Amino acid sequence: MKNDGITNILMAGVGGQGTLLASEILSEVLMQAGYDVKKAEVHGMAQRGGSVVSHVRFGPKVYSAIIPEGGADILFGFELLESYRYLPLLAPQGTVVVNNLRIAPPSVALGRETYPRDIPDKLRQRVADVRLVDGLQLAEQAGDPRTVNTVLLGALSNLLDPSPDQWLAAIKALVPERFQQVNLEAFDLGRAAKA
Amino acid sequence: MQKTVLSGNEAFARAAYEAGVQVASAYPGTPSTEILENIRQYPRIDASWAPNEKVALEVGIGASMGGARTMVTMKHVGVNVAADPLFTFAYTGVRGGLVLVAADDPEMHSSQNEQDSRHYARAAKVPMFDPADSQEALELTRLAFAVSEEFDTPIMLRSTTRISHSKSVVTLGEPCEQLPATGLQRDPAKFVMLPGNARIRHPFVEERLERMAEWACDQPFNRIEIGKGELGIITAGVAYQYAREVFPDASILKLGLVHPLPTRLIREFAERFKTLYVIEELDPFIEEQVRAMGFQVVGKDRVPICGELTPGRLRKAFDLETPEALEVGEQLPARPPNMCPGCPHRGVFYALNRLKAFVTGDIGCYTLGFMPPLSAMDTCICMGASIGNATGLSKVLEADAQQKLVAVIGDSTFLHTGVNGLMDMVYNQSPATVIILDNSTTGMTGRQDHPSSGYTLSGEKTYQVDLEALCRSLGVNSVRTVDPYLMAETQQVISEEMARPETSVVITRRPCVLIKHDVLEKKPPLFVDADQCTACKACLKLGCPAIEWEPGAEGGKGFAKVDRLLCTGCGICDQVCKFGAFGVCNEE
Repeated sequence: MKNDGITNILMAGVGGQGTLLASEILSEVLMQAGYDVKKAEVHGMAQRGGSVVSHVRFGPKVYSAIIPEGGADILFGFELLESYRYLPLLAPQGTVVVNNLRIAPPSVALGRETYPRDIPDKLRQRVADVRLVDGLQLAEQAGDPRTVNTVLLGALSNLLDPSPDQWLAAIKALVPERFQQVNLEAFDLGRAAKA
Repeated sequence: MQKTVLSGNEAFARAAYEAGVQVASAYPGTPSTEILENIRQYPRIDASWAPNEKVALEVGIGASMGGARTMVTMKHVGVNVAADPLFTFAYTGVRGGLVLVAADDPEMHSSQNEQDSRHYARAAKVPMFDPADSQEALELTRLAFAVSEEFDTPIMLRSTTRISHSKSVVTLGEPCEQLPATGLQRDPAKFVMLPGNARIRHPFVEERLERMAEWACDQPFNRIEIGKGELGIITAGVAYQYAREVFPDASILKLGLVHPLPTRLIREFAERFKTLYVIEELDPFIEEQVRAMGFQVVGKDRVPICGELTPGRLRKAFDLETPEALEVGEQLPARPPNMCPGCPHRGVFYALNRLKAFVTGDIGCYTLGFMPPLSAMDTCICMGASIGNATGLSKVLEADAQQKLVAVIGDSTFLHTGVNGLMDMVYNQSPATVIILDNSTTGMTGRQDHPSSGYTLSGEKTYQVDLEALCRSLGVNSVRTVDPYLMAETQQVISEEMARPETSVVITRRPCVLIKHDVLEKKPPLFVDADQCTACKACLKLGCPAIEWEPGAEGGKGFAKVDRLLCTGCGICDQVCKFGAFGVCNEE
């Protein structure tokens, strides 16, 4: 079915994790690299700690901004449960880049349900290429725990064409100046991380 | 020209700038809010938040009467509020071009219904464009101002969540340099809609639509894309993208203007194809009109009427092959949105739950008070409805049940359409209690200012509605203000006012924890002393995202714990704990 030259990246995380800025940087770098890019996400309820997804699609010409079930080439997860939840959107031959982080949803925090066990193993049982990133640890190493999203972009960048310089330009274009240095550091650590 | 990635909402704002708009007005509402927030970056546009969509449109009409190009934006349900001026403004027409952007929310990502704004265009006899991506949002909106002036009509632009909140590559245009001259110009025959004048304008409106329908047949925004084979598809808006992707070989009539429809063009297209599909989101708006022209079409008999379309849903609707999908194979805990840690509404709903109040609710973050474990909301209809609903309920209840009635409404929502409800409650002597949850902002849509927040859209200080004085002036004798972080006092005051046999108002005042103005005191986070915790789980009944239950190891007792990165130090958990298990972290 995939003969349209389009690459699909599904981002999944929890409201407040900075997925929006990450998807902005990702779209910017892809546009600068010469692709047609579309990105879809929902604002509003998302900032209240709910499940959030961004669809990013790029290629010579993109129509729909939404990725169909089984159509994502990359599942780019900011949190384990949310990545697992959106697994049905990933193509069976696709790649998972996922932050090794667990955030309890309300029913788990209340002790009414349990957080699914061993999500990385479950992902590996279903997908050959799963790259687990210790986002928080690397972000702290970079100097600011809030740069997890940039660390993860660094890990993702290994799967995409744009050069490190193009990524750095996009980060510089979208991140306020006083946070640029730490974000550039975070990107490099994410890109270099053994996943 | 410069290429950039813009959301639909950023493109609408950019179009306003390029078209020389001088005045913009709106009430925030997802997914439309960011249009005005982006317009703010263009200093030559006077952009402001109105207390509701009706006022926003009336402000826009006034500016148009003064000769300015004007943009008014709202979410789909906002058009219900603005419908009154809209229907008559359609008769008067414009002086400066006026564009109303109505943003629909198929799938109800953040809405209480999924009404289809295209019906408003038809009912109000106002032309409507339906852009399919950010580039079209820019181009059609820019064009709409010229069309508005040429045909002497307001124009509606329909957006949807997937247009407003999706980003795509856009080539920018040049901003017009010469702004239209503004000033007073008397034209009572055009602008005073008394029956004598309106009877003259109505035939003009009908004739205007006929002229536009013919004109629209030859415009590039209504275009035919010739494909291969026997299938023809009529589509518009974001549905075009899905149709193009799912049926790459089909011929497509893509409509940029969905009201009035270009009947001649549709006829020419439809006659060429054996099989004709109409693919549109929500209602069979185009489909029914094409059927009325005498064509057999496949439409809502296959394409879902409920929810948004996606390429996947479209494939399913037409029994096309869908890719193999991975399975999760277990039930996962849901992750619904929740009130933030430190949210000032939390304690109020905790108290309402304890008091077993029957709560008529309203539209805002606090609608999340419906969710367990707070579970303290019984109704939610629309902006401002809580107060009228409580008045109506009180009319059919015995005195003891009347005392259970509490209407809850946010400060922004109260000023939007709650004031009239309270006026009626007092006037007609309903004994219900109204709680105004005053967090000094319009929270749910991302913290916009409003007439009692003290700031304008541009962040300047301004007059501030005195909510207590306003309620008293409406005739409420008992107006009491509490700090919702003080749990016992809040519950006590609400309980006393519920018992009062007349209309009463409780204002719970505490700024939103996410508020942008520099008014928040930073407090150190709390922690739980696991030895003191008796596992009673009382704190869990607050539903605070910063408190998590830690089950005990094999048979041992569990305990609550606090995520110190999330905790804002509001301390309401400490107030509900009877065992003193919470403590305040020392600041390093």
